[in-house]
Amino acid sequence: MKGILMLRCLVMLALFGVSLPSYATLTIEITGAGENQIPVAIVPFAGEEKLPQSISGIVSADLARTGLFRLVDPAGKAPHEPRDVVYTDWAGVDALAIGSVVEQINGRIAVKFRLLDMVKQTELDAESVSAPGAQLRAIAHRIADMIYEKLTGDPGVFSTRIAYVNRQGKNYRLVVADSDGYGEQTVLSRNEPLLSPAWSPDGSHLAYVSFEQGGAVIYVQSLLTNQRLLLAHFDGSNSAPAWSPDGKQLAIVLTRDGSSQIYLIHPDGTGLRRISFSGAIDTEPSFSPDGQYILFTSDQGGTPQIYRMAVDGSGLSERLTFDDGNNFSPRYSPDGKSFTYTHLENGRFYIATQDFATGQAQLLTDGGWEKRPSFAPNGKIILFATEDQGRGILSTVSSDGRVKQKMFPQSGDIREPTWGPFLKQ
Amino acid sequence: MKKAGLSILLVSLLAACASQKPKEAPTAEAAQPAAAAAPQAAVVADPLNDPNSTLAKRSVYYPFDVSVVQDADKPLLQAHAKYLSEHPDRKVRLEGNCDERGSTEYNIGLGQRRADGVKKVLVLDGANASQLTTISYGEEKPKATGHNEDSWKQNRRTDLNYSAN
Repeated sequence: MKGILMLRCLVMLALFGVSLPSYATLTIEITGAGENQIPVAIVPFAGEEKLPQSISGIVSADLARTGLFRLVDPAGKAPHEPRDVVYTDWAGVDALAIGSVVEQINGRIAVKFRLLDMVKQTELDAESVSAPGAQLRAIAHRIADMIYEKLTGDPGVFSTRIAYVNRQGKNYRLVVADSDGYGEQTVLSRNEPLLSPAWSPDGSHLAYVSFEQGGAVIYVQSLLTNQRLLLAHFDGSNSAPAWSPDGKQLAIVLTRDGSSQIYLIHPDGTGLRRISFSGAIDTEPSFSPDGQYILFTSDQGGTPQIYRMAVDGSGLSERLTFDDGNNFSPRYSPDGKSFTYTHLENGRFYIATQDFATGQAQLLTDGGWEKRPSFAPNGKIILFATEDQGRGILSTVSSDGRVKQKMFPQSGDIREPTWGPFLKQ
Repeated sequence: MKKAGLSILLVSLLAACASQKPKEAPTAEAAQPAAAAAPQAAVVADPLNDPNSTLAKRSVYYPFDVSVVQDADKPLLQAHAKYLSEHPDRKVRLEGNCDERGSTEYNIGLGQRRADGVKKVLVLDGANASQLTTISYGEEKPKATGHNEDSWKQNRRTDLNYSAN
């Protein structure tokens, strides 16, 4: 009971942006670089040496992982206020981040941060926050998000979260963590397979598949209260949940009427309605950002390929992949202009994208056991599961394929990752 | 008669497990028909428990991404269907499995279709649909875990899992 309460507290804290010390820190390995790296210097914040973790260190690690920035060593220069900055000291640096942190009473910290444009010699952004010290990592991620957005024009995703399954022997843990792998929290632990976690659009719930009752059934679980609802437990298999963008329904896959087909259902389990009628295996639905279409995997043409259909129930579907291999697990990009998927050819799985306008497909990875891609909510990074020396690990690739990252868990095999949405602050 | 034979076998099996709680053995129920039956009835063992019977084989196998029962496995399923039609109280869970060369979700669909395909054949061959349930484990419960055909061919299968009677 205490354990459950503790977990609820953890999940609750997690939702309010608190990063607790992680008990399963990942090791991260980055390869590749963006085409034009932006030179940035992050000066250690005044007073941060008294904190358990350095804010500038977390910000630097966040930015470095994207491959889009070249982090310039401040080389001992340590301005903390704009008036201390000698612009001529920073030749070749486009942007400079400076700041300070003061420990307050009740364990709170006050953080000041400024981002300076070193070419125009102006202030690009600034923030001043006071928050519990436990939110140190969250504050640093927010600063990194601000820097990323100012310098690239796209919103940062350092404050977002990911979900995945960690398998250790027969034990399966459904885990939610920060996008850098820290702050791992177990949402559910079972000695039967768990798979296919799917975030509700507001990040408050996860739908997932569990085998705890024998066959595959779907649960929806609140990350706020930890309460869960058995959403679908019809005859046969119940799987592949995907939320509509408005959060008012889920697409799920049932075999109760024969082969795997796609149905819609409300998050409270009412209003079940079948929307695919192929008689083949139709699975892995993914809603378009406007909610009008569903991408899915189907073998109606003989091999598993990606199809698209309208949600209106007209029943018409259109095949999107035609190459030699098999294609699985489609997910729309956040702007709806492309999708990512898993491509299987000659025994190797690759992460690929296809552009809707041109029909052009691009393999983003070198091939191996790369499965289940999902876009970060800014569309710039794709998270997927892969294997390294027999271990299941997390990996990311930038959506242009240039920058890759491997994240090694301390223990267990990672499977079934999925990137969560932006959280409203 | 057959039922009596089975009961006797169960009783003797239970008796053989000396460490098991003997009180739970269904002796009262089983003893009477057993006593009424000729002693030879005990020899008519349930063929399901005969390691030399065709019925000892409880798995059918598939090529990659195929869910249709293969011709080579049809005699085996005929034997199981015959047994099921002669033992209407028997129930089997058909468990579809896949190799890892697909997505986890596609494989749930494929495993389900494998299990449902076996069910269809068993019913055509005389089993009653009410004796059969199907389940898909997709690629979640592999028998062999290597990334090679030797493992994959063992994992592409449907198991006939008889429930204890």
